[in-house]
Amino acid sequence: MKLNRRMFIGTGAAAAASLSAPPVIGQARPRVVVVGGGSGGATAARYIARDSEGAIHVTLVEPSRTYYTCYFSNLYIGGFQNYDDLGHGYGGLATNYGVNVMHDWAIGVDRDAKTVTLAGGSSLPYDKLILSPGIDFVEGSVPGWSIADQDVMPHAYKGGTQAQLLKAQIMAMPEGGTFAMIAPPNPYRCPPGPYERISMVAHALSQNNPTAKILLVDPKPGFSKQALFEEGWLKHYSGMIERIGPDFGAENVSVDPAAMTVDIDGMIEEVDVCNVIPAQKAGRIAELAGVTEGNWAPVNPADMSSRADADIYVLGDASQQGDMPKSGYSANSQAKVCANAVRGALTDSRVFPARYSNTCWSLIATNDGVKVGATYEPTEEKIAEVDGFISQTGEDADLRKATYEESLGWYAGITSDMFG
Amino acid sequence: MAWRRLTRGATRALALMAGVTTGAAKADLPGDAEAGKDLYAVCSACHQVGVNARDRVGPHLNGIFGCRAAAHEGYRYSASMERAGTDGLVWTFETLDAYIENPRALVSRTRMSFRGMHDPEDRVNLLAYLQKYSDSAANAHEAQPKAQPVADDLDPAILDIEGDAEYGEYLATECLTCHKADGSADGIPSITRWPEEAFVIVMHEYKNKVRPNPVMQMMAGRLTNEEIAALAAYFSTLR
Ligand SMILES: Cc1cc2nc3c(=O)[nH]c(=O)nc-3n(C[C@H](O)[C@H](O)[C@H](O)COP(=O)(O)OP(=O)(O)OC[C@H]3O[C@@H](n4cnc5c(N)ncnc54)[C@H](O)[C@@H]3O)c2cc1C
Ligand code: HEC
Ligand code: HEC
Repeated sequence: MKLNRRMFIGTGAAAAASLSAPPVIGQARPRVVVVGGGSGGATAARYIARDSEGAIHVTLVEPSRTYYTCYFSNLYIGGFQNYDDLGHGYGGLATNYGVNVMHDWAIGVDRDAKTVTLAGGSSLPYDKLILSPGIDFVEGSVPGWSIADQDVMPHAYKGGTQAQLLKAQIMAMPEGGTFAMIAPPNPYRCPPGPYERISMVAHALSQNNPTAKILLVDPKPGFSKQALFEEGWLKHYSGMIERIGPDFGAENVSVDPAAMTVDIDGMIEEVDVCNVIPAQKAGRIAELAGVTEGNWAPVNPADMSSRADADIYVLGDASQQGDMPKSGYSANSQAKVCANAVRGALTDSRVFPARYSNTCWSLIATNDGVKVGATYEPTEEKIAEVDGFISQTGEDADLRKATYEESLGWYAGITSDMFG
Repeated sequence: MAWRRLTRGATRALALMAGVTTGAAKADLPGDAEAGKDLYAVCSACHQVGVNARDRVGPHLNGIFGCRAAAHEGYRYSASMERAGTDGLVWTFETLDAYIENPRALVSRTRMSFRGMHDPEDRVNLLAYLQKYSDSAANAHEAQPKAQPVADDLDPAILDIEGDAEYGEYLATECLTCHKADGSADGIPSITRWPEEAFVIVMHEYKNKVRPNPVMQMMAGRLTNEEIAALAAYFSTLR
């Protein structure tokens, strides 16, 4: 069966109808359900639908009508991006590739019956299920803070309005006020993310509130691209940023959202803005599906299938795969390997060996971009790094500018690779 | 169209080069600067060297060895050459050899409208001549390696590999995270609609680290010859 992509325009209604109706002619089209329309899920849905040219029925379950990327949300806080430009709709996936997009929450997976239950009541049968739900926060990891406090002490570590709230709070800080960040313990999404955020907050403050202070409370002894960030902070924001590491009590931190204080090993700091980035775990649906071990979902390095269930794949942040950092780039890379494997399993398309890669750019100040990247391959026990590179300290301004411009190219590239 | 012409020449040059490099005795021959002086005539239409050399149509070539590409203040280079310089392209025997052989294979949209010098021995001789005008080389003769054929160049058979376009389509998914499929370019150049041969040469230049840019060196670094051919076959079909 070879169908033209265009025949699928508006299949949403037809597909919904066919859910209850038994297949009429011959064998039913195999069904793939994708939970989560982010970096991993949108990419997987698009590639499977596009490349199977209608031979596979793809349903994408995602509560939001617009996906706001976390990537570049720090640049928005720094004033380098518009908020609206971070948003991407699902219309292209539906009309161009025939993906059946359902704006709903998945609340359960029955692995025996092979169905996914949605909050709205529907039950979706699947032959292959792809979970790319991103992260959830570990309760109690920052004592004093719970998700109910996110309007007072935002995390801004999931896409959307949290970044707007954090930015508004920063802009409203009193002159000479204090911005605090509680950085997360490993592993968490986007290893350089908190430090890029510190850079962007420093940039925004140096423009509007140059006597303000930044307090970075970090439970980790070291962090991603540390030498590059510290060089940049010294160069652009000298005297503004104080980092308190585990040697000075950062492992023993709690917050009081009502009083707007941070308690660092008994030392109480009054702060004006407090960005709490808690410890992280796989999005809850992975746990409900029973594919997690501890906080994450272990997967087979060759195709991202769950170690617990061959018909479930886990992509992106939620997966535990080995050496790849939890990033949008990684999720997108994993999704393409998974899409190739899923198509191969459900149709007779060719399956090629897995290959993964990642690059993360970070902006430190105006036109001062840095990057780190690596390629990866599957081994028996994990996805293992093959080769990598990182920007060097002391690079000249032209190279840093070109690196920043590359990141703009990447953003345009990956978002069109996800949403078409 | 220009590419077709250039790459036919490049293929021939590569074939010749393979001949030179397989002759073990010849591989160490330093270039003949005397012969190079005559060959330089073609460059002198646009470039100057020696005392009082100035930037003309092309930048002057004094001190070019060890110099970063696009380093002359005040000279207006093409955006491609600026980018190559920013990325870290430094003029060495290897990079100069590649540029003179086929300017656009090394720097895609360079303004240097020169067909390329296809005889590898001519290039070695020419570079030996130019080297005399590079300070570092003149002062430290011992330290600088003599002009000699580049040892690990493309085997011409690589250009004959029939690419598996379907495999290429899969491999290309990795590229499309950065290079947009519709051919538009903001911050990262477009790579659709390249003639296959040119594409193969460029990818090998990243793989062999002749072209700068760590991202591309890494991406190309793990591609086999067959995989590069597969990618070229696929990308040439993209409209
Ligand atoms: C500040 C910041 C900066 C970052 N910068 C970069 C960067 O520069 N480069 C980079 O590569 N990465 C970056 N990242 C990381 C990147 O955002 C994530 O790693 C990436 O989005 C992970 O993809 P994913 O598919 O696993 O999850 P997500 O992209 O988060 O997608 C998960 C989706 O699943 C949906 N979902 C969750 N549960 C359910 C459910 N039960 N039912 C239905 N839908 C559900 C959610 O609504 C969400 O849309 C950054 C992250 C942050 C926080
Ligand atoms: C028709 C004119 C022309 C001829 C002939 C020519 N060049 Fe060039 N050359 C240029 C121009 C123009 C540039 C600048 C290219 C750009 O900016 O993309 C250039 C750039 C260069 C550079 C880079 C210089 C720098 O500062 O980075 C080198 C090296 C070079 N040419 C060498 C040669 C040699 C050797 C020859 C002879 C084999 C030659 N060129 C023949 C016009 C010419
Ligand atoms: C992480 C981002 C990224 C990925 C992935 C990537 N590229 Fe590139 N590519 C770049 C950048 C940046 C440049 C510009 C490099 C330079 O200045 O030389 C480039 C340049 C190129 C060029 C030269 C274009 C020109 O005009 O000179 C080609 C060809 C190319 N890439 C092919 C590929 C192929 C094929 C793949 C997949 C195997 C790939 N790229 C994957 C970022 C990427």
